[in-house]
This record gives sequence, C-alpha cells and structure tokens, in this order.
Amino acid sequence: MNITAIIINGIAVVALLIAFIKDKEKAIKSLKIAGKSFIRMLPMVFIIIIIIGLLLGFVPANQISRFVGEQSGFLGILLVGVVGALMHIPALLSFPLAASLLEKGASVSAVAAFITTLTMIGTITLPLEIKELGKKMALLRNGISFVIAIIIALIMGAIL
Amino acid sequence: MKKNLKEKQKRGFMRDWILLGMILIIAVVLLSIFPDRQGAVTNTLWDYFIEMMLILPAVMVILGLFAVYASKETVIKYIGKTSGLKGIFLAIILGALPTGPLYIAFPMAAVLLKKGAKISNIIIFLSAWACIKIPQEMVELQFLGIQFMISRLILTIIFVVLMGLFIERIIKWSDKEGGVKNEV
Repeated sequence: MNITAIIINGIAVVALLIAFIKDKEKAIKSLKIAGKSFIRMLPMVFIIIIIIGLLLGFVPANQISRFVGEQSGFLGILLVGVVGALMHIPALLSFPLAASLLEKGASVSAVAAFITTLTMIGTITLPLEIKELGKKMALLRNGISFVIAIIIALIMGAIL
Repeated sequence: MKKNLKEKQKRGFMRDWILLGMILIIAVVLLSIFPDRQGAVTNTLWDYFIEMMLILPAVMVILGLFAVYASKETVIKYIGKTSGLKGIFLAIILGALPTGPLYIAFPMAAVLLKKGAKISNIIIFLSAWACIKIPQEMVELQFLGIQFMISRLILTIIFVVLMGLFIERIIKWSDKEGGVKNEV
C-alpha cells in the first residue's frame, strides 16, 4: 500500500468518524450514497481494467509511442485531445488508463491532453449545457477548453 | 423529472454490464488464441485492480459525505454574492468539492446566471467542477504521481481563470454589439 492510498483512506475514515459523532443519520445517508456510487461505477472499473490489461499485453509499446509518443508530435497530442473530448468514461477511471499509456511509451503531453479534454469537455452533456446556459456560453466554454487543454498539455510536456 | 433521471441511470448501468460482458468475451477469446500472453495480462489486471480497490472505496466515502453535507443551496448562495478575487477563489473551491457529476452543475449554473452572478465565476465554477474535483486529484496522485498531478492542477487553475475572464469579455462585448441581432 503506497502513501497516497494510506492518506486517502485515512482522510475517509477520520471524516466518517467525525460525521458519525456529529450526526449518525447523516453519516449513514452518506455511506449509502457512497455504496450506491461505488456499485454503479463497478462495471466501468472492470471494463477499464480489462482494456488496460489487453492494451499492455497485446499492443506493442512501439505502436503506442508511434501514435501518442514523443515522435507523434503536435498532431498526436491533438488526436488524443479529440479522443478525450469525445470519450465518455468517468474521470476517475481515466487516470489508470492514462498511467498505463504512460507506462507503454505515451508522452506526458499526450496523456495530459487526454485527461484534460476528457474531464473539461463534455460532448455527451453538451445538449444539456446548451439548454441550461445557452448556445453561446456552452460552445465558448467547450471550444476554449479544448484550446487550453492543448496548451496545458504542451507546457506539461515541456516541464516534466 | 427525477424518475426520468433514475431510469436513465438504470439503463446506463445495464449498458455498462453488457459492455463488460462483451469485453470479457473478447479478452477470453484473445487469451485462448494467444496463451503466451496470459501471464502478462493477468498480472496487469491484478495490479491495476488492487491499486483501484485500495482507493476507490475511500474516494466514494468522501464523495458521499460531501453530497450530504455541502448542499446545492449553500454553493449557489456563496457564488452568487461574491466577486473579485474572492469570487474566483470561491468558485474554484466550491466547484472542486466532490458533489456529483457535471450534469448537476448545469442547472445550478443556470440559477446563478439568472441571479446575476458574474459570468466569469460561473464559467470558473463549471470548469472547476469538471476537472479540478478533489476525488479526481486524489486518484490522479495515486496513478500519475505528485509532480504530474500538481503541475496539471496549477496549470488548469490558471487557464480556467483566464478562460472565465475571457468568455465574460466576449459575451459582454457581443451582447453590446449584437443587441437585437443576437436576441434570437
């Protein structure tokens, strides 16, 4: 068990204890929500893990780095950015996927672009965003988000 | 409306399980064709599974606590009435609280818009909600390391704030310029 996992579990346990001491009913309610969200996420967790397993087991590293590695350059980053923007998986699960790509020779920029567009841009939720906030604001936010995701990715690649 | 949402979630849940079944079949077929890969693949599966299970339950507990303790109303109240640097700061913090998926944030943002909150703060709030969520940062730390997580976090905050201010400018400018033309 690494330090991050220990800290996160520690925070969860302490917060839960405080919640139980302060208000038992509320604490139980939040545990129920936690359990429900966990179960709801479970199939996606397995899907992502299997995809990672197959990816690492079958796709040769040089193929991955050809498309999303250092030599794929700016075009590779753009490509991954678009994939991230279109994909609809829980953000929490994009990190193990990104880690496996990184392990296989993807560049820092490509991985950063993927995570950033995946979380910031919602193509599936765009109709709802337009309905609630209007076309102008929704399209501006998603469009500019793509541009800044690419900029963030390039800076990440330069500093790490 | 609420019933609708529940049904949608249920359908999504079913779809995920079906997808899982299909991917499982593909994996089994692939691994029986190439038995030499079985070791490597199962090792990876196991490693990632353990790493996920070490943190996901804790992350979910934290999510659940915030869902109960930080109500929508408080968030709306705070973002609606602050401006300036404090407003930006609050929009980031309140957006980053683990309080649910992005589709919950849109109606909240719409309420804020009607209440006359600053457009920049609404954009910053939405973007923080989407990509600076505390549980996300925790999982990012676990899988990608502290250097990656911190640098991406700082860059994201800077650019999200700039984007918020920029979009506010554009919308104000186009409202002034367009007038009647843009009312459609």
